[in-house]
Amino acid sequence: VPNSYESLEGGGYSGTSLRCSLRHLNARSPFPSLSELSSALGGLGGVSELEAETLRPVNLLQERNILPPKRAPPPEPNLSNDLRKVNCSPDTFRCTLTNIPQTQALLNKARLPLGLLLHPFRDLTQLPVITSNTIVRCRSCRTYINPFVSFLDQRRWKCNLCYRVNDVPDEFMYNPVTRSYGEPHKRPEVQNSTVEFIASSDYMLRPPQPAVYLFLLDVSHNAVESGYLNVFCQSLLDNLEKLPGDTRTHIGFVTFDSTVHFYNLQEGLSQPQMLVVSDIDDVFIPTHDSLLVNLKESKELVKDLLNALPGMFTHTRETQSALGPALQAAYKLMSPTGGRVTVFQTQLPTLGAGLLQSREDPNLRSSTKNVLHLGPATDFYKKLALDCSGQQIGVDLFLLSSQYSDLASLACVSKYSAGSVFYYPSFHHIHNTAQKQKFQKDLQRYLTRKIGFEAVMRIRCTKGLSIHTFHGNFFVRSTDLLSLANVNPDSGFAVQMSIEESLADTSLACFQAALLYTSSKGKRRIRVHTLCLPVVSQLSEVFAGADIQAISCLLANMAIDRSISSSLSDARDALVNAVVDCLTAYRANGSNIQPSGLIAPAALRLFPLYVLALLKQKALRTGTSTRLDERVFSMCELKSQPLQQIMRMVHPDLYRIDNMTEQAALHLNDSVIPQPPLLQLTAEKLTREGAFLLDCGSVMYLWVGKCCNETFIRDVLGFQNYASLPSNMTEIPELQTTYSERTRAFISWLLESRTFLPAFHVVKDDASTKTSFFQHLVEDRTESAFSYYEFLLHIQQQMSK
Amino acid sequence: MEAAVFILSLVDCCALIFLSVYFFIITLTIITLSDLECDYINARSCCSKLNKWVIPEMIAQALATVLMLVSMHWFVFLLNLPVASWDVYRYVKVPMGNMGVYDPTEIHNRGQLKSHMKEAMIKLGFHLLCFFIYLYR
Repeated sequence: VPNSYESLEGGGYSGTSLRCSLRHLNARSPFPSLSELSSALGGLGGVSELEAETLRPVNLLQERNILPPKRAPPPEPNLSNDLRKVNCSPDTFRCTLTNIPQTQALLNKARLPLGLLLHPFRDLTQLPVITSNTIVRCRSCRTYINPFVSFLDQRRWKCNLCYRVNDVPDEFMYNPVTRSYGEPHKRPEVQNSTVEFIASSDYMLRPPQPAVYLFLLDVSHNAVESGYLNVFCQSLLDNLEKLPGDTRTHIGFVTFDSTVHFYNLQEGLSQPQMLVVSDIDDVFIPTHDSLLVNLKESKELVKDLLNALPGMFTHTRETQSALGPALQAAYKLMSPTGGRVTVFQTQLPTLGAGLLQSREDPNLRSSTKNVLHLGPATDFYKKLALDCSGQQIGVDLFLLSSQYSDLASLACVSKYSAGSVFYYPSFHHIHNTAQKQKFQKDLQRYLTRKIGFEAVMRIRCTKGLSIHTFHGNFFVRSTDLLSLANVNPDSGFAVQMSIEESLADTSLACFQAALLYTSSKGKRRIRVHTLCLPVVSQLSEVFAGADIQAISCLLANMAIDRSISSSLSDARDALVNAVVDCLTAYRANGSNIQPSGLIAPAALRLFPLYVLALLKQKALRTGTSTRLDERVFSMCELKSQPLQQIMRMVHPDLYRIDNMTEQAALHLNDSVIPQPPLLQLTAEKLTREGAFLLDCGSVMYLWVGKCCNETFIRDVLGFQNYASLPSNMTEIPELQTTYSERTRAFISWLLESRTFLPAFHVVKDDASTKTSFFQHLVEDRTESAFSYYEFLLHIQQQMSK
Repeated sequence: MEAAVFILSLVDCCALIFLSVYFFIITLTIITLSDLECDYINARSCCSKLNKWVIPEMIAQALATVLMLVSMHWFVFLLNLPVASWDVYRYVKVPMGNMGVYDPTEIHNRGQLKSHMKEAMIKLGFHLLCFFIYLYR
């Protein structure tokens, strides 16, 4: 059975024999018989089968189980096998429509957004690095040579983006891998769609800078109370060796409350020396060097400082926070080299430039009308971010506050300088151990992950396509050049495209993302990803190739932009209209035998479910009490996380884990990993006799029913019975029972390729924390939002208008 | 009587001067925006240049309109009124976090560059129309 059928079926049917498929035919009714029968019969023509399956009409009102048992893999583009083999991995580069429409008119008819979702710097296990001196690029459009160019003869190649014919340079004719001459198409640049080039000095504006890290720490009374300083200092001490960099790495610390404090760490001093600048209206740098010191040389002093820092401020009475002046000082300090600034803030900045007012009205948290104050209050942080971006300084923000801190304004400092935002609401080292553990785990990843400095990214498309909107944390310097002061492996980007000219004379559309960066070891590199997709001229083919997860993420990005520039209710209406328009377009195009019911093609059957889940996200929901900072943070996450993380956040995975069996389990590295099926997110699927795991990406819940069998509670959780389970359990103990091993194997398998480990909560059925579990059950009705079925009826009603 | 005519013509001249200042500002806007499109300047310098002229443009247009009113050229006044009110609306509607009417972080998003260019072109065309009206009335 060719790969395509398994991927369409959502995988999971290990054992692809004829009998197996037919047995599953009867056991699982939601899956239609068409493709199974034809796959059992050996397949007919490759193309039409793929399409027939994704275009199969599904009546959403009647289909009770639309979730596939495993998360569906991304749709495969309809290309020939050898192109498909070399095509870019969908984890890196994904398009909302795997069949690109030929003209803008056709795209408009389909009523689906066209865009790309990228994760260009993600951690890769296998990356071909090209060390040759010449980097072959097209002369007119400067595209890097990629697997989808065509070689006219041995000496000339035709660019796949602008169609210009270029010459093959002599050095390129020799293939160092196979040591043969005269076969340019066998070189690694042309055999891999993800490559990394070593950049020559033409690609540098200045010699590559070393890694410079500056930590800006809030030491006001509030901050010391919350106890984050201990956690941070300990974490940094543990990871000092593992900070990415080489012998030239520099480090510095600045603390601030109502004044700004610098630390002289010159090697040779017996202990770190604190220098206080109290003139916050005009912050200056007290000494010129030794505030940012070489990590290797001054390591002992740095360790002394980190050990002393939490104790230095225990009796502080300062309640004000001069974040603005501290950031200005950091900017002045880092301007010569660039690097990364990490800011830890625990309250609203109340002093100096960039001071903010409390704008949230707690009474309006559950308002169903417009939510105000989603945009920044001042342009101070935006201007500062642009200044930092110009000097290649990236600013990351850790907000650990329990009160309103106007994240909408503060986040700007990271958004435009390509930094990341982390938020720990109600952080306290004693009263909220779950947040403390999450902070520790996140810091571990944050301090040790790969980093690129002074980066720019350019996304090129085939002639005829153009990019008009960008989403993510970066600064758009010119029409397609994105300036990223820091690039990290955990941020995703999205772009929206339009079709300016007809693509009628090509059958393939290609996209290339090139990221030029300085590695932490001071090497200048270019990471290039190239994606190739077929061009189609029929509306049904456009629907057949729709990638519903990518579409949902792009719509989320667009909705957030709309809610900030216009209003939240506009954004919500636009999301619902997106579904209505798309399904209306499908109905208008196809010949439907059933006029009643809500018909969607199989490729888009999860569309209303995902949009409903989006409408119930913290970022976009109304009617339920949502703190403004949490809402803004949810928006920041939706705009900057990679696709898999967003999908888990929007539509979490629910599994029943108290009765997992070895049936259809994976056998990896001599451990048995059970594969329980995905359940729909509704309380109907929960039973009191079971235990369920909800995987939301950044947090995981293990919900234990009141009558859950005691074997499970004893063997996996280590307690005698349900009543003795504590209410704040945050991890599963390592017991030696099979149940425990199986459960832990399953959970570690889920967490395998995750970078930030989720917080883990064991939730009892009657605990007060169960609301946070139940709010993720998106198919259920709440007092302010539809259930899934009601939403479908609403869409049907809108469609008939 | 002659004094009245004299004053009126003086007022007309002032109005024309303001309009020519306005014309100069529009041309500057168009040139700067097209420079940005062709990558001759970067977004920040483009936006700071353009933001500098937003208020003078608004004042020039408003003054010209008021002067038309004063000199009792009703038709021309009515013609200029929408442009003046659009200028004021544009200025007032800038969200708090933006760095002026032209914001460097937003200018490349959502086709804002194109819409600003279109707006400037429309004003230019409108201006030329007004110019010829003044000339031949």
